[in-house]
Amino acid sequence: MNFLRRKFVKVKPGHKILTHPTEALSVYSNGRWSFCWLSAGFSSYTPRQVLMSENPMIEVSNLTKRYAGRTAVADISFTVARGEIVGLLGPNGAGKSTTMRILSSFMPATSGTVRVAGFDVFHESVEVRRRIGFMPENNPLYPEMRVREYLKFRARLKGLGWRRSRVRVATVMEQCGLTDVHRRIIGQLSKGYKQRVGLADALVHEPDLIILDEPTIGLDPNQIRSVRQLIKSLAEKHTVLISTHILPEAEMMCSRMLILYDGKILAADTPENLQKLMQGSSQIVAEIAAPAEELRAVWAQMPGIEQFDVSEGTDGFQRCALTPRDGYDLRPAIFTLASERGWMLRELMRNRHSLEDIYVQVTRPNEEEEN
Amino acid sequence: MRVFLTLLRRELSAFFLSIAGYVIIASVTLLNSLSFVVLMTNLGNDPSPMPVTEMFYRTYFFWLVVLLAAPIITMRLFALEKSSGTFETLMTTPVGDLQVVAAKFTAAVVFYIVTWLPMMACLFVVRHFTNQPTALDAGTVGGMYLGIFLTGCLFLSLGCFASAISRTQMAAAMISFVLGVSLFSMGFLAEALPATAQWQSQALSFFGLFEQMHDFARGVVDTRTVVFYVSATFFFLFLTLRAVESQRWK
Repeated sequence: MNFLRRKFVKVKPGHKILTHPTEALSVYSNGRWSFCWLSAGFSSYTPRQVLMSENPMIEVSNLTKRYAGRTAVADISFTVARGEIVGLLGPNGAGKSTTMRILSSFMPATSGTVRVAGFDVFHESVEVRRRIGFMPENNPLYPEMRVREYLKFRARLKGLGWRRSRVRVATVMEQCGLTDVHRRIIGQLSKGYKQRVGLADALVHEPDLIILDEPTIGLDPNQIRSVRQLIKSLAEKHTVLISTHILPEAEMMCSRMLILYDGKILAADTPENLQKLMQGSSQIVAEIAAPAEELRAVWAQMPGIEQFDVSEGTDGFQRCALTPRDGYDLRPAIFTLASERGWMLRELMRNRHSLEDIYVQVTRPNEEEEN
Repeated sequence: MRVFLTLLRRELSAFFLSIAGYVIIASVTLLNSLSFVVLMTNLGNDPSPMPVTEMFYRTYFFWLVVLLAAPIITMRLFALEKSSGTFETLMTTPVGDLQVVAAKFTAAVVFYIVTWLPMMACLFVVRHFTNQPTALDAGTVGGMYLGIFLTGCLFLSLGCFASAISRTQMAAAMISFVLGVSLFSMGFLAEALPATAQWQSQALSFFGLFEQMHDFARGVVDTRTVVFYVSATFFFLFLTLRAVESQRWK
């Protein structure tokens, strides 16, 4: 029975099979044609997805881009695997848009190589462009066209046939919530709808890689939420690269983040790992009703405290800010101490460093040094 | 081909769905009608052995139309897309650069031809009121239209090039106007040269757009002229293509 659930793919002569046979597929060749059987679990894959699945989606090595007199991107390297949602994070002018433009083969790199799905963005530009859906910064659209007309035009440009483009346009309009406005002129739409039109355009040809440059900029909170949900839902089938300078957004959507500053990658990790990186220096705040000197004496003796600060609070309470050593959780010890001595404990909390702090810290190293 | 037709359709709709398109058609028609009025006055004053098309051409509004309309038609082709950012969305789809250039140029030519269509009405008026079939024979009218078409192609390809190398529509229009006027006045240089400068004046006379168009208006189709117009058009289209391509490696 398992055999019946397999999917059969005939590979045309002249087409390369880019992967070695994996468990997902078995390849037979009679010299002229190659035949691939996809295993049951992979039956929803398109032939292209399977045939190329061993190449990482994006491989950037030693990428540098110089404009006249200014280096926008300085020798960066990173890899994005299939199915990842990766966030490019950084302040304005960090080189996010430049990187994305090079990835979409709109402009050339000064040096270094960039491969998308195994194709070089410079030498095999058409192959790369076939596989990406790119929404540039500020989401440029033709204002005089109608929503449906525009999406159909874009689908046709991206090589979809007449029938296929009809089906796909209907699907992406549904997916992006544009069905109600399909007859409206794009120039008269609200910003949120325009953004969705741009997203629908990036999705319309089912690209392997979706590149979105600041997809939520200028939207209201509700619209941002719906755009985020949409992007998250894409992760199943596509690889997504998003740029943003809003941190919580990257934290919510991305499985991995690259923090870019001044053309260089400062940090690259999952949001959780980046948080862990900072946890050692998290802070415990406790408000205890006790004499300040006694508290100071206690804190000085307690193991696991690296630094403490006691300040006068309201209503006779003292506010203690304690910095634990690596790996210590001070909260149980504080509670035990307070109950043993009969002190009143009004507040006990841990200030987790959010990614916001990490972001501020990594993107502003010079400022702190100057101060 | 499919991509070319898709692009052509979008470019044409951009011409015909904007007010600018109709303003251009109206202005060209106005200038042509002024020509027609001058022509009618001349015909009323004294009889002339010239073909009507030649007299029409001699009113000089013709060059005003070509020199002004071509930059205005072509200025938005690339420059507007660049300034609004849609050039980025266009060039990151798997379209060939040649297809983009060809579609934009073809759309401009089609629109240019449409702007000249109202002039047909003038011809019918002449034919109707003179009651003379010989006044406008098919040969001279055909020659005239071929001339209009060929000069149009040349100036439009020049405009395409100007638009491809500039970022704003205004710059594109100015560059193509200056280039167009220079090309147009090169023919007059031949007359200004001293009679001793033989090869120079001969070389320059190939650029005598004014005289060449005069021939077309009389119904004379010279192969040399046709070859000149067609090759010059292709030359500027080639430059346009290079300018568009340069985006990818510059």
